[in-house]
Amino acid sequence: MKNKTPGYRRKEIIWSLIFIAPPILGFLIFSLTPLITSFGLSFMSWDMFTPAKFTGTENFRYMLEDEKFYKSLYNTIFLLLGVPLGMIISLVLAILMNRSLKGISIFRTIYYIPVISPIIAVSLLWQWLLNYDYGIINEFIWNILGIQGPNWLGDPNWVKPSFIIMGLWGGVGGTMVLYLAGLQGIPSSYYEAAQVDGASRWHQFKHITLPLLSPIHFYVVVMGVIGTFQSFSQMYILAADGGPEYSGATIVYYIFQEAFKYFNMGYASAVAWVLGILIFILTLFQFRLSKRWVYQE
Amino acid sequence: MVKQRRLINLIVYIVLIAGSFIMLAPLAWTLSTSLKNQKHVFDIPPQWIPDPATWLNYKDVWAKAPLLYGFMNSAIVVVTVLSVGLFVAAMAAYSFSKFDFPFKEGIFLALLGTMMIPYSVVMIPQYIGFSELGWVDTLLPLIVPGMFGNIVTIFFFRQFMQGSIPNDLIDAAKIDGCGYFRTFTTVALPIVKPAIAAQAALGFMGIWNDFLGPLIYLHTPERQTIQVLIASMQSNYISTSNYPSLMAASIIALLPVVIVFFFAQRYFIESLAITGIKG
Repeated sequence: MKNKTPGYRRKEIIWSLIFIAPPILGFLIFSLTPLITSFGLSFMSWDMFTPAKFTGTENFRYMLEDEKFYKSLYNTIFLLLGVPLGMIISLVLAILMNRSLKGISIFRTIYYIPVISPIIAVSLLWQWLLNYDYGIINEFIWNILGIQGPNWLGDPNWVKPSFIIMGLWGGVGGTMVLYLAGLQGIPSSYYEAAQVDGASRWHQFKHITLPLLSPIHFYVVVMGVIGTFQSFSQMYILAADGGPEYSGATIVYYIFQEAFKYFNMGYASAVAWVLGILIFILTLFQFRLSKRWVYQE
Repeated sequence: MVKQRRLINLIVYIVLIAGSFIMLAPLAWTLSTSLKNQKHVFDIPPQWIPDPATWLNYKDVWAKAPLLYGFMNSAIVVVTVLSVGLFVAAMAAYSFSKFDFPFKEGIFLALLGTMMIPYSVVMIPQYIGFSELGWVDTLLPLIVPGMFGNIVTIFFFRQFMQGSIPNDLIDAAKIDGCGYFRTFTTVALPIVKPAIAAQAALGFMGIWNDFLGPLIYLHTPERQTIQVLIASMQSNYISTSNYPSLMAASIIALLPVVIVFFFAQRYFIESLAITGIKG
């Protein structure tokens, strides 16, 4: 009962606050203040060299007329296709790797290596693999199918599929590990019971595996959508100035160009806010929706 | 039954090996090209084993670009951010999991909420702020924010601490006259070592591979991190079509990551799985 004396309580509170002070300060300095500043900036016109000018909703009105904004938004949404594709491939891989086979952990490592590779190394490499004339992928297509492969990074229709392929290569290993952990958490008694009831493999998968993995599906979808909406590096390295017909630019790339190439700080802030709100709405929507399909214990 | 199992295992092996080829071939190609002469690069059919093999490309990029600076800059950022950032995060997590204070849950949730803020929203004001301070083209904008503790790390440590540090142990330390700070460093920290190792491994990757931040802040080649330096190689140091040199540079950037991964592999997969499932 000594713990409840007022002196002790006060001391504990003071120490708790000292312990949590750094992240709180970090939050105030590096999140909250910038957030407010950015909101203010989005109603201004400012190039960092001449004084800022209040322009009201001008930035947002301009955005609605800016073709580049729509293009980068469309491109970003297109790239979301990679999320379900990645989930399917990762889940299949995880199921294959969930068998007790010799040397299975070596495979796990191999599939995980692209995940940890620096995006620069990966991008430079794919830039070449995907080259129209002397890339090894088109070389491969020519040898197998006898046709000339697409101009991956040079054709507006193929830039985004190229990014999706790169993303899958670099990402399935990470998702696979999550699924593997999930699969190992499903009690084998569930499957045994289903077998006694005469459920087929497919039925077991559909009624046991898939629903019990739903918290992981949910996590992967939410993180995948947020990640896609924030993708930048590959586009910066592989699609100079947005790629052919701006088909390789994402929203973050567009913000980056406006802010650090043209120094339209106000306008870039406005676009960033629109992006932030979009991500927020999408995430909220997914959380709402999740109540219908995510299995809760 | 046994026969059928064997057959399935065989098929699984074949699929996984084919997949491994897809995963590794691009990297093998990078390595192979980095050891080739420029004139053998476009050989048809492609040569997987370079003949003759040469280290000249590595020497060449090392001499042309200030890669040593790049390494050092990246290392400075990683070491300072991880050593201070992880300690601070562990401290906060300890407070959130073992102390009782007003608005604890609320403050924690508010911090968690900041995970939702996309970097691009705070990036512009942060840039303006750091440029007012005269910190552009220094490593400080990459180091200082990281020293305040990352919320994902705090979350991870908190989950870990709630389960693994017995309250009795803390009380015993108290009775022995240990202060709050000493209890944290002598009782809590040693217990959460595995969690710290896991977060250090993940943090290393995140910081070492970071691109957008360094790209915005660092302009002078000697002050750039290895990633930005390599990204700028194509335009500044070697011609776009000098693939052997570009690939050599890629391997150079990849090497530390592969080494760290090799030694800390277990922690990666574990922490990834834990964050994923409980997050």
